[in-house]
Amino acid sequence: MSKPYNNTKATLALAKASFRSIMRSPSAVVFTLAFPLIFILVFGFLGGGGVKVDLAIAPGSDLQNPIINALEQINVIHIIEDKEADEIKTELEKGHVAAVINVQKNATGTPAYLANVQYTSASIDKGSILKSVLTNLMYTLNSKDIKPTIAQLNESTVQGRIYRTIDFILPGQLGFSLLSTGVFGTAFVFFSLRQTLVIKRFFATPVSRASIVFGEGIARIGFALCGAVFIILIGHFFFHFTLIHGVVTVLNMLLLAIIGLVVFMGFGFIVSGIAKSESTIPPISNIITLPQFLLSGTFFSIDAFPSWLQPISRALPLTYLNDAMRKVAFEGAGLWDVKHQILIMAIWGIGVYIVAVKVFKWE
Amino acid sequence: MDKTNAIISVKNLVKKYDDFTAVQGISFEVYQNEIFGLLGPNGAGKTTTLEIIETLREKTSGEIIVDGYSVDKDASKIKRIIGVQLQAAGYYPNLNLVELMELFAGLYGVDVKPMEMLEKVNLQDKAKAKYKALSGGQKQRFSIATTLINSPKIIFLDEPTTGLDPQARRNLWDLIIDIRNNGTTVVITTHYMDEAEQLCDRVAFVERGEIIALDTPDNLIDNLINSGFERQKEVKKANLEDVFINLTGKEWREDN
Repeated sequence: MSKPYNNTKATLALAKASFRSIMRSPSAVVFTLAFPLIFILVFGFLGGGGVKVDLAIAPGSDLQNPIINALEQINVIHIIEDKEADEIKTELEKGHVAAVINVQKNATGTPAYLANVQYTSASIDKGSILKSVLTNLMYTLNSKDIKPTIAQLNESTVQGRIYRTIDFILPGQLGFSLLSTGVFGTAFVFFSLRQTLVIKRFFATPVSRASIVFGEGIARIGFALCGAVFIILIGHFFFHFTLIHGVVTVLNMLLLAIIGLVVFMGFGFIVSGIAKSESTIPPISNIITLPQFLLSGTFFSIDAFPSWLQPISRALPLTYLNDAMRKVAFEGAGLWDVKHQILIMAIWGIGVYIVAVKVFKWE
Repeated sequence: MDKTNAIISVKNLVKKYDDFTAVQGISFEVYQNEIFGLLGPNGAGKTTTLEIIETLREKTSGEIIVDGYSVDKDASKIKRIIGVQLQAAGYYPNLNLVELMELFAGLYGVDVKPMEMLEKVNLQDKAKAKYKALSGGQKQRFSIATTLINSPKIIFLDEPTTGLDPQARRNLWDLIIDIRNNGTTVVITTHYMDEAEQLCDRVAFVERGEIIALDTPDNLIDNLINSGFERQKEVKKANLEDVFINLTGKEWREDN
C-alpha cells in the first residue's frame, strides 16, 4: 500500500500486450492490410489506362501512309498488325477488336488513299469512339492546306487535377479496413478473453473495467492507424494517390479514421455481447459489415445505385466515412468542411454505444 | 499458532444461486503465515467460497474481513494484497511468458523483473515460450508466479496440483512451502488428502456448503483413531507413489 494504484499504467500495460497480440494474429493482419492492399493493387493497375480501342489492320493494307501514321499517334487507338484475315474475323465477331481498317493507294489519282473500315456490332460503343476519331482525323488530313472559309475551331483543355481510380478506391478500401478491424477484431478479442477466462484473471487484479476497455481500444486504434498509414503511403508512392496538402491531409485522414474506428468498435462490443459461440461471431459481424461493404460506396459511387437503394446507402456510417475521406484527400477539405459527415458518424456512435452498454457481457 | 493473528475471517457466509444454496453459513479464520486447506468433494462450495473471499463473486450474506479490509467496501484494496490462482484461467493469447509477466506487473502497478519472477518458479528456460506450449506442471508454476508479482500477503491456490504427475506435484509442494517460508499466507483447495496432510497446517472439510470439521491434520487423524477407527489393511512404510518417485527420479524434469 506504499503508493496509490496507477490506472494509467495498467491501461498502457494492457494496450501494449494487446498490440503485441494483434501484430502476431494472422487474421488481424490479413483483414487490416492484405485485403485492402490486394484491392488497391488490382484497381491501381486496372485504373491507369482509360479506354483503349483495338483496331486491326487488314492483311495487304498499305502501311506507310499518313492515315496509319496519324492513327499510331493517337493514345486511344491500339493498332494490331500482322493478323490473318480469319483471325481478325473471329476477333471482330467476339468484339475483341472494334474494327478492321484497310488502306490502299488510289490508282486513279485523287484522293491519294482509300480507307475501308469495317466495324462490328459486338463492340458498338468502341466503334463509335473510333468513328469519331476517324472522322476527325480525315477532316484534319484533308483540310491541312485549306484556309477555313466559315469558322476555325480552336480547342484547348483546362489543366485539372487528374482524378484517378485510386483516388476513389483507396478511401473506400481504407474505410472498409477500419470497419472490419473495428467490428471483427473487437468482437473476437472480447469474446475470446471472456470465454478463455482471461478477463476473470484480470478481475483478480486491481485493474478497472475502464482500463481493460481503453487498453484494448488504444491497441486496436494504434494498429488500425499503422495499417491506414501503410495503405495511404503505398497508394501515394506507387499509384499516385492524391494527397492535396501532403502531411496535413494524412493527419486529417487519420483523425477521421479514429472517429470511424470508435464507432465501428461499438458494433464489435455489441457482437461480442450477443454472440453465443465463437462460430456465430463471423455471421453476425458480416450482417454489419457486408451491407456497408457493398452499399457505402466502397467500389462504386452511390450515385450509380438505383434510386430506391440510395436512401439505404445514405443511412450507413461507412458511407459518411468514405465520403469524408475522399473530400479530405482529393478536394483538400479540412475536418470542419466535413462536419456534416462527422456529425452523422457521431450520431451512429451514440446509438451504437447505448446498445453496446446494454448487451456487453463481462463474464 | 497464535490464534489472535487471523488474517482472514469469514462469518456466516451464505451464497445462494437461483435455485440452490452453494454455501450455507460458513465461518472460519485463516491465521497469518499458515497453509490453510479447504477440502471436500466437487460441488461442496470450496471454489465459491474462495472466489467470494477473492472479491470475484458477490456473496448473499455474511461478513468477510481480509487483512482488516471488508470485501464489501474495500474490494480493490484486498485485490492489491492477495494473489489469486484460479482453477481455470486463461492468459492473453499470442504472448510469451516474459510479456505476460510485464502485463501483470502493469495490472498490479508494480515494477518487477519478469525473469526474476520466472526464476522463482524455475521457468527461466521457458521465458520465450507461449503459455499454451507449457506442460501441465509448468502452467501451474506459471500461474503461481503471476500470483506472486505484487508480493501478496495471502495467495489463494484452487486445486493447483490437479492433473499433475507425482514429480510435478512434489515440485509444486516444495514451491508452496517456499512461498509460505517467505512470509506469505497460503489458502489452498485440493482433492488429495496426502497433499493436505503434507502441506497444510490446518484444514477445513467442506460438505454441501457447510464446514463439518476444522483442525490440524494431526488432530483430525488422532481423533479418528481415538474413536476406535482401524484401517482394514496395515500400512507399509512406503506406498506405490514412493515407488514411482523412486523409479523415475525426484529431480526437476524438463517436462513437468
